[in-house]
Amino acid sequence: MLTYTLRRLLLAIPTLLLISLVIFLLVDLAPGSPASEIPLTVPPEVRAKILEALGVNEPLHVRYLLWLKQFFWVEPLNGFDALFGTTHAEGLQRIISYQTRSPVFPLIAERMPQTLTVIGTAYLVGVLIALPIGIYSAYKQYSLFDQFGTMFAMIGFSVPTFFSGTIFIIVFGVWLGWFPTKYDTTLEVTDWASFLKQLRQMAMPVMVLGLANAAAISRYMRSSMLENMKQDYVRTARAKGMSERTVVLKHVLRNSLIPVVTVIALGIPSIFGGAIITENLFGVNGIGAALIGAIHGNDLPMVQTLAFIFAILIVTFNLIADVLYGLLDPRIRYD
Amino acid sequence: MPDGAAPVLDVRGLKTVFRTSGGEIHAVNSVSFHLKRGEVLGVVGESGSGKSVTMMSLIGLLPSPPAEIRGGEVMLGDRDLLKIAPEDLRQVRGAKVGFVFQDPMTSLNPVFTIGMQIMEPLREHMGMDKRQAEARAVELLELVGIPDAKKRLKSYPHQFSGGMRQRVMIAIALACNPDVLIADEPTTALDVTIQAQILELVKELRQKLGMAIIWITHDLGVIAAVADRVMVMYGGQVAEHGPVKELFANPRHPYTRALLKTIPSIAGAREARLQVIEGQPPILSEAPTACPFRARCVHAMEICTQENPARRPVDAAPLGHGHDVACHWTPEGTDA
Repeated sequence: MLTYTLRRLLLAIPTLLLISLVIFLLVDLAPGSPASEIPLTVPPEVRAKILEALGVNEPLHVRYLLWLKQFFWVEPLNGFDALFGTTHAEGLQRIISYQTRSPVFPLIAERMPQTLTVIGTAYLVGVLIALPIGIYSAYKQYSLFDQFGTMFAMIGFSVPTFFSGTIFIIVFGVWLGWFPTKYDTTLEVTDWASFLKQLRQMAMPVMVLGLANAAAISRYMRSSMLENMKQDYVRTARAKGMSERTVVLKHVLRNSLIPVVTVIALGIPSIFGGAIITENLFGVNGIGAALIGAIHGNDLPMVQTLAFIFAILIVTFNLIADVLYGLLDPRIRYD
Repeated sequence: MPDGAAPVLDVRGLKTVFRTSGGEIHAVNSVSFHLKRGEVLGVVGESGSGKSVTMMSLIGLLPSPPAEIRGGEVMLGDRDLLKIAPEDLRQVRGAKVGFVFQDPMTSLNPVFTIGMQIMEPLREHMGMDKRQAEARAVELLELVGIPDAKKRLKSYPHQFSGGMRQRVMIAIALACNPDVLIADEPTTALDVTIQAQILELVKELRQKLGMAIIWITHDLGVIAAVADRVMVMYGGQVAEHGPVKELFANPRHPYTRALLKTIPSIAGAREARLQVIEGQPPILSEAPTACPFRARCVHAMEICTQENPARRPVDAAPLGHGHDVACHWTPEGTDA
């Protein structure tokens, strides 16, 4: 198991390097210029100077290597400095956003908490709703509950979040007035009252995204349970006189979770991708909103960095899914 | 086996149907048999003849719906298993009645250790704590001939061969000292040498432990090797039943006769083609009002389509204790 994990870790390095190159080239070769936002009244020689100052005129490979160095060396060093109050990174060039002229990492760090609390909670809620629904739907296949579960999943699948989100805002925000329609990023949780307020403003985006997540995962759970319920070892467990509870929640569930865990783990990077539409709809000022803004502003360093962070997360959670897979299924373990 | 001793298991008139959208399937039709302590009853028949369904009906292993037990009695000791509460029946499964299934490759749960799977019924039915159950599990693995038992408890099924897994299945079935062991084609998925080993093991275990065994198979050679009595099933009912030697030497039912002819001989020159029974197994969606074998039977008569033959004794013993057959036809030169 350990050697298997280590080998996977080592393999991740060339994978990530390749991804970084692809991301860098894709973003860099895309049409558009960081100076396109500058009004046309600005004289060409000033425009050229601005571009010079942004470092855009260096050859491609130089910029790629520089970016790699900044990403893997300078920025972690800066993080280290920030944590321990040291000054190792002083004087080193950081990744600078074209738009704000400030380093991108603090900008990302600023946006991260909003995304994590709202989208992360939504994902967790989605999983917690989906698993029981999937398990019970499969156990009582074609029952009334299963029919409702199927309908619920269909709705969650087919209704886009910008639509369900708008409906939620109209019904719960405008007509009933239960929840605020806009997410207030400046709210700080200091006491019970502000905590309740935070819960209330989180409720709608969490419900909208949770529904969408739960729909997919409950389907996976259900079909995996159904698949395993037919297996011979289930009959063996019944023949041993195990209770239905043990048969379903131990023998069947443990086997059924194997593929579902992979799906759940691979879905986690999307939390950071931050369900861009939902963030925009409710005014959650998170990572997704930051990415959209950067794309609009031709802010190449920001887009490259965010895209690469997502890539790292996807590779990491892939690895985690594989390790979990091995833990759940003894046949996969590589010892 | 002493005659007249009370049977451990006494099944009378068992009827099981499957309700499907296309109507009812009469899978088991008025099956009766009994079993004494230490006795091995062989059950033979082709696929779909109702062998497995009969045995699964006894202990409520069939999913319901679609299966429905329509009638009969299943007396285990003095309790009718068809009448007791589902929870009580669950306590019978694995404790009083052990089950070994056909395919050892898929019958064990792949994600749990062998030890855990053997200990499960011990803890459930015998109320053992972890240490007691572990000690007993080691004992059981040794009993079924798995070397290095203590270490093997921590192994997973995929680390075992087919024969070893079937030994583990037998250990699980025997864990709580059941009165009856039902083995549903336990050697069909194994190669012949392993099959022989498992047969030897079961014979030895019967001597040691004295439980009654129901051995389901479609291999007549296996029946000859292990069984005391044979029950031949066809179309969801008992076609012929009797002591193994008597039945093999003197088969009465045209189906049994045809079945015995299909065994290829290894002696002598290869002169003839393999014997087959012409035709298809019956479709069980019709109500059982005629002999199910009539369409394939070489001796079919008028009455066979009008009346489903009842079992009748062909020797002096009372019905169910000696040789009996469910057929209208009487072979020439006999009077029964």
